This record gives sequence, C-alpha cells and structure tokens, in this order.
Amino acid sequence: MTSKHIIRLDQQSIVFLISLIIFCCFSIFLPNFFTVGNLIAMMRSISVLAILGLGMAIVVIGRGIDLSMVALMAVPTALVMTMVDSGNGLVLSITVGTGFAIIAGGISGLLVAYAEIPALFVTLATGLALAGLGQVGILKADMVSWSDGMNPIRWIGGASLFGIPSSILVAAFMFIAVGWFLKKTKIGRFIYSIGDNPNTARTTGISVRPIMVLQYILAALIALLAGFVMAASNNLMDTRIYNLSLIYDVILVVVLGGIGLSGGRGGVWSVLVGTLLVGIVFNGMTIMNFPLDIQDLFKGIILLIAIAVDSFLNPRNEETAQQGDI
Amino acid sequence: MTLFNRKSRWGTKSLFALALAAMVGMVGVAHAQDGAIKDPERTHYYEVFKNKRVVFVPVFMGLDLTEGWSKMMSIQAKRLGYSYEVRNANFDTSAGVQILTQLLNEKPKPDVVVIQNPDVTSYAKLEKQMEDAGIYVIQLNMKSLTMTGFAGADATVIGETQADWVVKQCGPNTSRKILILNGPTTAPWTVYMQEGYNNVLSKNPDIKVVARQSIGNYDSSKAKSITEVTLKQHPDLCAIMGVWDIPDLATGAAVKDAGKSGKVLVSTSGGGGEVACKGLQTKAFDHYVSYDVPGQSRDVNDLIQMALQLRDKPGKIKVAHYTPLSVLTQADVDSHKCWTIDSLK
Repeated sequence: MTSKHIIRLDQQSIVFLISLIIFCCFSIFLPNFFTVGNLIAMMRSISVLAILGLGMAIVVIGRGIDLSMVALMAVPTALVMTMVDSGNGLVLSITVGTGFAIIAGGISGLLVAYAEIPALFVTLATGLALAGLGQVGILKADMVSWSDGMNPIRWIGGASLFGIPSSILVAAFMFIAVGWFLKKTKIGRFIYSIGDNPNTARTTGISVRPIMVLQYILAALIALLAGFVMAASNNLMDTRIYNLSLIYDVILVVVLGGIGLSGGRGGVWSVLVGTLLVGIVFNGMTIMNFPLDIQDLFKGIILLIAIAVDSFLNPRNEETAQQGDI
Repeated sequence: MTLFNRKSRWGTKSLFALALAAMVGMVGVAHAQDGAIKDPERTHYYEVFKNKRVVFVPVFMGLDLTEGWSKMMSIQAKRLGYSYEVRNANFDTSAGVQILTQLLNEKPKPDVVVIQNPDVTSYAKLEKQMEDAGIYVIQLNMKSLTMTGFAGADATVIGETQADWVVKQCGPNTSRKILILNGPTTAPWTVYMQEGYNNVLSKNPDIKVVARQSIGNYDSSKAKSITEVTLKQHPDLCAIMGVWDIPDLATGAAVKDAGKSGKVLVSTSGGGGEVACKGLQTKAFDHYVSYDVPGQSRDVNDLIQMALQLRDKPGKIKVAHYTPLSVLTQADVDSHKCWTIDSLK
C-alpha cells in the first residue's frame, strides 16, 4: 500500500511515462526530432486540440460530455468572420458571435441540467443542429477566409513572441486559467463534487443545475476561442471540420490523460499529458512519413493500452466504482 | 400521238404543281417578312425536357466547386423546364450510398443523376445498376471505376502539370527536395493525381520526395502541421505539391510562418474561384492549375441535355468531357478575374 502512495501509478502517470519513452526513442532515433524548431512546430500543431481539450475537461469532470464542441468552434467563429467580411464592425461581430456561442452552450446546458436528457444525446443533437444552421442559414460558404477586417485580433493565432507562436501561448494561458478555475475557485471545486456524486452535491447545498449549465457555456466559450486561434493560424475557418474526426481526438486527449468519463477525476495535467502524447506521436510519424491511417491505428492502440494498464493497476470493485461509470 | 398527248398532260400537271409551289413559297416568304420562320427542330427540342427530372448528388455542398456547378445546372433546368434537385451526401459516403439506393427505387425515377464520387469504389456498383435501370449517370469531376458519362478535370494531367512545373523550378541549383500532400487515400482525386506525379517523377530521378502524406479529408489543419514539421526537417525544401486550393491556403500559411515564401514553392489546383486569386495575391500559392468551374458546368449541362434527348438505353454511349486546364501564377493575378458564385449567371 505504501509503495502505491509514493509513486501513484494512475492513468495520468502511465500515459506520461509512455509519452516520455516515445519521446526519448524519437529523440535518439529520429534526426532533427529533438530540435527547438521541431518541438515548437509540434506544440503549435496541438495547441488548438489542447484548448478544446480543456473545455471538454470542464464538462467531463462535471460528469457530462460535449460532442458539439467542434461545431461550437467552427460555426460561431465562421459567423464572426462572415460578418466582418460583409462590412460589420469587429467588436459588433465578436459580440454577436460570443452571444451565439453562449446561447448554443446554454441550450445544451439547460436541456442536460433541467430536462435531464443525457448529455451525449443533447450535445450530439445541438452539434448537428449548429452545423446544419451554418450550412443552410447563417454562412455564405462553408469555407470562410480570414479577411483584413479581422487583423486586429490576428495575434491570437497568427503571430509569434520570441519565436514562440501565439497559439502555443494562448494554450499555455488557458492551461493556467482553467487549472486555477478548477482547483482554486469555489465553482471549480463544486464541479468536481458534482462529477463525483451529483446527489451528494445537491444534499450538501450546491446548486447543481445552474453549475451544470455553466459548464456547457464555458465549454462553448473556450471552443470559440479555439476557433479564433485556428482561423488566425490557418488563414481560414473550414466549417467542414465538423465532419472530420477532430471531436474524437478531443475526447481521446481528455480520456487518455485520465479524466474519467464518469466525472470527478483528473485535471488540466491530464489534458496536457494526453495532448502531448498525441502531439509527439503525430510529429514523429510525420517525420517518418507514415501514412495517416497507420497514425490513427497507433493512436487507438495507445488509448487501449493506457486504459487496460489503468484498470489493471487500479482495479474497480463495488467500492471504487461510481454510478454511471462507463 | 398518244405519246405526245401524254407528255403534254404531264407538262400541264407539273406546271400546276410548280405554280402551287411558287405560291406557297411566296406566302411563306411574305410570312417570314412579317416575323420569323418556325423551326420544327426547336419545338421538338423543348418538348423533350418536359416532366424530366435531374438529380445532383455531390460529396458536399457549400464548397465553391459544388455550389458553382449546382447554380449553373439549376439555371439550365429553369431555362429548359425540367426539374432539378440536389441530394447532399454531406461528406458521408454511407449517406451517399443511401441516397443513390433510394433514387434507384423511387417512382417516378429520375432521368439523369449527376454524381460526384467521394472515392473510386463506393458508388461504382450502384452507378452500374442505375444505368441498367434506365437512369443516365453522369459523373462530375470525381470518377469511379464504372465508366459512364463524365465531365470534369483529368486529375492525372493536373498531377503531371504540377509535377512538370515543380521539376522545372527545382533545378540542379536547388535541394531538389519536394513534399507531396495527398487527399483521402482512396479518393479518385488522390489516386489519379498520384499517377500524374509518378509519370513525371519517374523520368526525373534526381527529384527527391522527402514525404508523401495524406491530409485526411482535405483537412487544413493537417496540411499546415505536416508542412510545418517537414519544413523543420528539411529547411531547404524546394517545393510542395498540394491536392486542393482550400487546404493549401494553410499549406501556404505554414510556408509563410516559416519565412520561406517564394523560396519553398507551393503548387496546387482547384476550380479557379476566389480562393485561387486570394491564394496567389497573398503569395500562398506560386502555381495554380485551374479546372475552371464555369467551363465544367457548361460541359456537364451539355451532357445532361444530350442524355435527355437520347433515345438509346443508358450505358450505350459513354461520352467524356475532360476539362481544358489552365495554369495561373502570381503574375496573372492582375489580369485574370476569378469567378465567384455571384458572377456565375
């Protein structure tokens, strides 16, 4: 028992160890892997994923899930860019986009918290609805390019400070902010207790439902931020991204790092560890010129190993299992 | 005598006939001077299109390509009076298969189905079945393994054009290193374009392909990440051959971020819409092979007209219209005007 307390081998540390081993292997065997330039490129490529992962972490820790995050990232951002492109002011456009994100996240939250519909279905539906709304109504095209009117906020993803791309800095800032929010604020602690056991949380006097709504609104706002970072960095927002597998990557980095889907566990470190592993693997395999399909296969195998090792080292029984464990 | 008599009677008859013909002719001329002659072909032509039904099944609406084609097809439908509808597969191959299966079983069945294939195999069997069921199939820009009517670019030639240019640019004074960014692994676009690249590169063994990577489903973020990583590995990279203009805006952004605009050349292709001009203006692209969506729309519209007028069973005549390609470079930006959805009329 004592040895377990000294080195707690939970999923987070296991994944960290795996990342470290792969990192060392790549550094030794791959030329130009362990260079400042390559490591910066690697971190930039995962910064949007990390920001989305942080938003997802808040929801998952509170025992929810938000499958609409990618749509929430793409559609409000594209709306802002379309508005600016057709001559509206930047401030007005951002206000409208933010309001739109808050309303969309709020609707998901209300349906989950008050109507008590499972989050999986609610957010799947709101995500689809948002993507559809983007296609038929509010956007002119699925691909919105970065217009000159947006340049005042270009620094968010398309600039660099001391050679470090701003998207990495935004991601780092978000790690600190979300970490502080989850660990140091009252609401953050409440989210953990709600995720741990909503009934107990309610009995202790926490207003569970409003906080659940807040989780989804926060996730929506973080997704919007990720959208701006992505658009500024890529020079366009491609709303088709909703149809791509990005949302699985977001869930992957969250679960990989040890934020249990049953809620109440993990934190920003889990997201960091999960994202780093995905980033290292992607980067190394690109250098080795592996086909994309093999990369996906590899990601899946790593996730399976991490979960298997975790359930071997930390077996679940009636005592430790939580209600709603997936 | 009898012979003479008969002859003279014949003569009178022909005289009458001639007079009658002249009179009819003169009336006709007089009528034509009033207005116009009725073209008998014309009435028949317009009759053919009545109550006909044309369906377009794109991979995804909302792209400049699909929106452009669709707008032009709907304009012709309105002009000729047949019905036109779009069934969007929404980037989901199984949804596309379902749409085609349903079209096959619908009553009344469509007369012409215009299909943009997501890959070379998924729809191939259904396209054959549709032809057997009496529906004309026209494949648009992206081909499957089944031969039907086809209008679109020759992806192999696009690949060859890109590779030829890159080989010319990456001469002995450069590193001769190039990066190839593909689309989805089994997409017709990818496989035929690869053939084009290989046709040229096999004759130029000096050119070194440092990486050949798929950017998934034309994913901008992947294009950017892969380009970035490759540029760190090979800072002396000579050129990049991309698969499509939209994700390659991000490829160009990665080159720009690395401060290598103009040194690492980006060659791409697309429908020649706004993205083309924007990419060339912002120097994201150095070389652009355009397959000219307005021209392609005319081609596909012609094939639709032909299919609706033919009385043969579908599958008997297989006509292919390969789009003439044009190359744009940064020097053309000022003189060339790229089309937009609004400019298509």
